[in-house]
Amino acid sequence: MSETVYERVKKVVVEHLGVDPDQVSESSSFMGDLGADSLDQVELLLAFEEEFDCVIPEDEAESIASVGEAVQAINELLDKAS
Amino acid sequence: MQRKRVVVTGLGLVSPYGIELEKAWEQVQNGQSSVTKITRFDVSQYRSQIAAQVVDYHPEAFFKPNEIRRIDQFIAFGVSAARLAHENAGLSSGVIDKDRVGVCIGSGIGGLETIEKTAIKHNHNAGKISPFFIPASITNMISGHVSIEYGFRGPNFSVTTACATGSHSIGLSYRTICYGDADVMLAGGSESPCTPIGLGGFSAMRALSAQNDKPKQASRPFDRDRDGFVIAEGAAVLVLESLDHATKRGANIIAEVTGFGMSGDAFHITQPHANGLGARNAIEHALHDASLQPADVNYINAHGTSTPTGDEIEPQVIKQVFGASPTLAMSSTKSMHGHLLGAAGSLESIWSCLAIRDQVAPPTINLDNPIESCNGINMVPNEAQPMKINYAINNSFGFGGTNTSLVFAKYD
Repeated sequence: MSETVYERVKKVVVEHLGVDPDQVSESSSFMGDLGADSLDQVELLLAFEEEFDCVIPEDEAESIASVGEAVQAINELLDKAS
Repeated sequence: MQRKRVVVTGLGLVSPYGIELEKAWEQVQNGQSSVTKITRFDVSQYRSQIAAQVVDYHPEAFFKPNEIRRIDQFIAFGVSAARLAHENAGLSSGVIDKDRVGVCIGSGIGGLETIEKTAIKHNHNAGKISPFFIPASITNMISGHVSIEYGFRGPNFSVTTACATGSHSIGLSYRTICYGDADVMLAGGSESPCTPIGLGGFSAMRALSAQNDKPKQASRPFDRDRDGFVIAEGAAVLVLESLDHATKRGANIIAEVTGFGMSGDAFHITQPHANGLGARNAIEHALHDASLQPADVNYINAHGTSTPTGDEIEPQVIKQVFGASPTLAMSSTKSMHGHLLGAAGSLESIWSCLAIRDQVAPPTINLDNPIESCNGINMVPNEAQPMKINYAINNSFGFGGTNTSLVFAKYD
């Protein structure tokens, strides 16, 4: 389950930031490692919401700065929903 | 302070004739219309269903996929045209002082498609708005992107004056160099209005031609059977440069910019001044700026949009200013590529420069029955005319009653 969420998050990140899939790992930070700026970061969260058909609460959104953190937050949201 | 001479050293376009400058110019000289039926969305409910749409342009050749998603089409057109003009001017070879290079590429409307799609998707849900919505929509963003791409730190701005945008951009860039604020300016306009609300909005004004069954004959400036303009899209950018700078780097000089005139109509939001007063003032200011006598001018690229009122007035103004000049020709290339709105002034400035370079006046096509006000003027009907062109004028007038006139000269 977790792996599936990771793969989907990774796909969104690769598409939106135009980075090489090999560059992206669970520990990659959007801004530090993947070259995102603050606008990219907001757009990524919107794209995650669309991909997983969920709403990431504002206060949670602010603490998501890496692929791993996004995966964890989305997993929690999906668990709550099920 | 002696003002600097300004020359044109590079041209770039994304047009209804494609993105290759010389091929596009050849088609314009041959009198080929680029107007077609709109097929990218369902136009069956629209009064006007035709446009001159950009062809042979692939944004992937200019941008990465994730970049394309973040910019409106008007930005893609404008940045691509700027890149082509930059290349055409040979600016990438040799060392230039990037603090002395500026950009002024505007748009009449901006990111209409982005605004339209965001409004539909947003639907009162504030959380769904892309953070790239504003940067994809605002009109100065082409100038921003171009400066970032090349590191140009000179004057950076844009003009938004409806259908005079492209000409104001060139005129103000010319002044910027005259005054010594920059050595080089990338100047022009871009427009991407062929969207449902763009087409619908201009249709609602009854501004557009409804001759949908014969797209190639629909744009007919100065002809008895004209019924409105044909909407068009694209971008055109000119590289302007101080003569000193161009000479020093051995640039190819295409023409010289020698005059610019502006005025306001103070009359009506969409109709031109009934006596053409604003247009006349702009032309006279441009002639004065260029220290020219009316008889010196050989070719005029008319605003001539194919609307009933505007086309009636412009030839009258020309006769008031230039009298019966046997060596003067005036054509409207909009007869072939429709009205590119914010890009019209810059695209038509490109034709004016090439008319000087090749000593040929491009034609006004579809001019089967010229209206009376054209009597006594060589309107270059239907076929290009080789002629001596030392000075060419490009007129652009816009909604809101904004008028510009540019003078281009043969560089010796």
